[in-house]
Formats: sequence, C-alpha cells, structure tokens
Amino acid sequence: METPGNLLYTKEHEWVDIQGLKARIGITHYAQEQLGSITFVELPAAGKKVKQFGPLCSVESVKAATDVYSPVSGTVSAANKVLDASPEKVNASPYGDGWIAEIDMGDPAEKANLMDAAAYAKYVEGLGH
Amino acid sequence: METGNIKKTPLNAVHREFGGRMVEFAGWEMPVQYEAILSEHHHTRKAVSVFDTCHMGEFMFRGDPGKAGLERLVTVPCGNMKPGRCRYGFALNEAGGVIDDLVVYRISGDEWMVVVNAGDIEGDFGHFRGGLASGTDFTNRSEALGKIDLQGPLAPSIIKRLPGAEGAAGLGYYSFGTFDLLGERVIISRTGYTGEAGFEFYIGAGKVERLWRRLLGFSEVRPAGLGARDTLRMEMGYPLYGSDLDRNTTPVEAGLDRFIPFNKDFLGRESLLSQKRDGTKKSLVGLAADSRRSPRHGNGIWLDGREVGKVTSGGFAPSLEKGIALGYVEPAAAKSPGPLIIRGEKAEIEARVAPLPFYKCGSARG
Repeated sequence: METPGNLLYTKEHEWVDIQGLKARIGITHYAQEQLGSITFVELPAAGKKVKQFGPLCSVESVKAATDVYSPVSGTVSAANKVLDASPEKVNASPYGDGWIAEIDMGDPAEKANLMDAAAYAKYVEGLGH
Repeated sequence: METGNIKKTPLNAVHREFGGRMVEFAGWEMPVQYEAILSEHHHTRKAVSVFDTCHMGEFMFRGDPGKAGLERLVTVPCGNMKPGRCRYGFALNEAGGVIDDLVVYRISGDEWMVVVNAGDIEGDFGHFRGGLASGTDFTNRSEALGKIDLQGPLAPSIIKRLPGAEGAAGLGYYSFGTFDLLGERVIISRTGYTGEAGFEFYIGAGKVERLWRRLLGFSEVRPAGLGARDTLRMEMGYPLYGSDLDRNTTPVEAGLDRFIPFNKDFLGRESLLSQKRDGTKKSLVGLAADSRRSPRHGNGIWLDGREVGKVTSGGFAPSLEKGIALGYVEPAAAKSPGPLIIRGEKAEIEARVAPLPFYKCGSARG
C-alpha cells in the first residue's frame, strides 16, 4: 500500500505512526522509489533531541544521499538497528520492517502540522514523476 | 536539460516498454535502471543480464595501419595482432594524456574496427581523421551499428542456444568472430566491462531491437541499466573515461601502462617513458572503505592531516557491501599501509588502499 491511511505525513516524504506520546517514523514509498536502492542508513543516536521538521538522520542510495527530517519534536528513544546490515529493507518495506526511528514526543499538538494520507497522496500526485 | 538535443539509441522505446527509468548520460537518453540497481548488479554476477551500449562509437579502418598512420594514433599494436583478436588501449595526446580509452579489433588482413566511448565520438573521430593520411579509408559507423552487452556467468550457456551464434561460446577472452544472426553479419567478442563472462554484439542498428528481444526471450536474461553497469565496473577497478581518465591523466598515472607495448611508436610514447623513468606526481589507487558509506566523485582524500588526492569514482560495492573509490593521490600515499580518510559530504570515511580488482570472484576469464 503506497499511502497507509493510519499514518501522518510530511512534505519531505517522511511518515509517522503516533501512539499516545510515542512516534515511529520512516520514509514513504514515494521517497524510497525516488532514491533507488538504499545502501546505507545513518541511524540517529538514542537520546538525540530533534525538532519538528529538523534534521533527524541521513540515507544513502547508489546514486544519491538525502537527509531525513523528523515529523515531530522530541527525543530519539530507539533506532532500527537491523538497517545497519540490511538498509535495503527501507526499499522493500518502507512502512514495516524498514522503519527508521522511534521518538518520545514533546508536544502532541504538533500532529496538526502534518498531512493525513489523503492530503499526502494528493501532494505526491501533484509532484509528477 | 536540453531535451531537444539529447540522443536516443534504437532501443529507447523498448526501454520504456520494459520499465526503464531514463536519464541523460553523455548526451544520450539511457536507462539508469529497470527494477533496481542492486538487483540488476547481483543478477549480473549470479546469472546474466543485457545492457544497451548502442551509444558507444565504432570506426572502421581499411588499409595499412603503419603507412596510413593508425598505428601511431593508438597504443594497440594494430599490425601485430591476429585477425579475430581485439585489444584494450588508448589514443593519447603528445603529453601522454588520454583522449579516449578504446578497444581495437582486427577483422582481417587489412581491416580494423576501433571502439570508443560514448562521451565524444565526434571529437575522437576528428582526432583520428586529423592524424591519418589523406585519402585513408576511415569511416564513422557509430550510427549504423547497434551494440548490446550480454554479461554474467550464464552468458556462454545463452549464446550456445542462440541460432547462428553458438560458435561464439568457444571464443577465448578478447577474441571475436563474425556470425550470421538474424540475417545479418554480426561481430561477437568475448569481452565486457563487468568482470563476468560475457559477450559484446555489434549488429546493424535496424536489427538491434530484434536481438534485444531475442536475448530477453531467455528466462535467465534480464535487462540492466547504467547504474548497475557502473557498480559492476567499479568493483573491478575498471576506469571510466571522463571520471578516472581524461586528457590530464596518463596511463602511467592510472596504473594502466601494462596494456601498452612500449616497443612500438605511438603519439605520447616519449611522455609516458619520461614518467616511467622519473616518476609521476599522482597515482590512481583503489580505496576500500571500512563501512557501507559511499565515497563520491570529488571527495578529498586525506592522510596525516593533509589532502593528498581526490576521488574520481566513488560509490557502493554491492558484492562487497562496502563503499569503494578510485582516486588519484600523491604516489607516496598510494603506498600507505595505514588508513586514509575520505572526506564525504556528511562524514569522514576511513578507507585503505586496496589492490584491484576489489571484487575477485568474477567469471570473465573462466
């Protein structure tokens, strides 16, 4: 599924799954498709403080490198260590096994700044290919 | 991008049909990938892939290479090759700088084919024409000919099942023959740019689509794009003209002088001999990172707190799961037993000088 309905999205093509004050984040199907085969994920360190839309970490593909921005403010509580040896999981399962980090949220009201699935799908359509 | 001037190979529409993601490369619209660069790379090393290389250039020479001046324009000993053999070499300028790297095929007693890169076919042709005696029979057949590379350990088994081309399975490395395929005389050489067993087909442009489809008719064969072509050649340490070789680099600096017979005369010979005698100011080395981070073209290479060189080709080696690079460094740094630091855009990448090829399990010579 290209744009799961239960997630929220950013203009920089990150998704976030918010349960209470815990947020799990990754990059969208569109992002991994644009990047191509991902070769390296620089995971964020636990304890790192992030701001909404501020830099979280970075991802390299065969042809490019890109920054991943955090959809929410807070503190990184976990990173998906599996991606150290198998970054291609981000391509194969961007919303599942390819999740990147978990964040303890500082401000739940920030949800209002994110797009829902319908808005994100429309946004991506407008970008063309 | 000026799409109006971009060149297309005869396979352009077919690439789109097969889901190729098209990009601009050296003035040509080419597929960078179909499914994914990594899967195309691995499929080539484990099975067999086809690559569209129609954008490369082919020049035909007929006559006496010594008298006409062809011999002096390339490092390859044209007159001293047997028909049916091909050899890798260079066209150099007076200073020994590389105008292009190329392969020369001896077709018969008085006929040779020179195969050059896609980057500056017109410039190369002008260089040759300018150095040859007037009236020499030397033509640019690049547009008339299409080219396909079939590469991978299963390539010989595919060619055995291609009616008309079966005999090519018996070709030795860097040998070629002319075969009747699809109603055409087709040159097939046991050569390639991937380190795997394989063949290069030179066929009339009007028939190249039929050959492409015929080869993809075998279930083992998949299409591969320029992205995989680049990861495959980089793992072998093969230079890419325009990145690792240009008019300001010599084959001696690039560590490729083993391909040059110095007992024959050629333009640039004296400059190369001076370099072999006096040493060079830079040497091309292979660098293997200790992580998955990719060095990139232009990254600085540092040793003991000083920049000692720059990356000319960098990226990820899918078969090694590490970053790799080719770059020119001060000759002393090339001998460093300790790590060098490649300054990537985001982080420093620790790397060590690695003997080439990085990937040592290729099937090409097998």
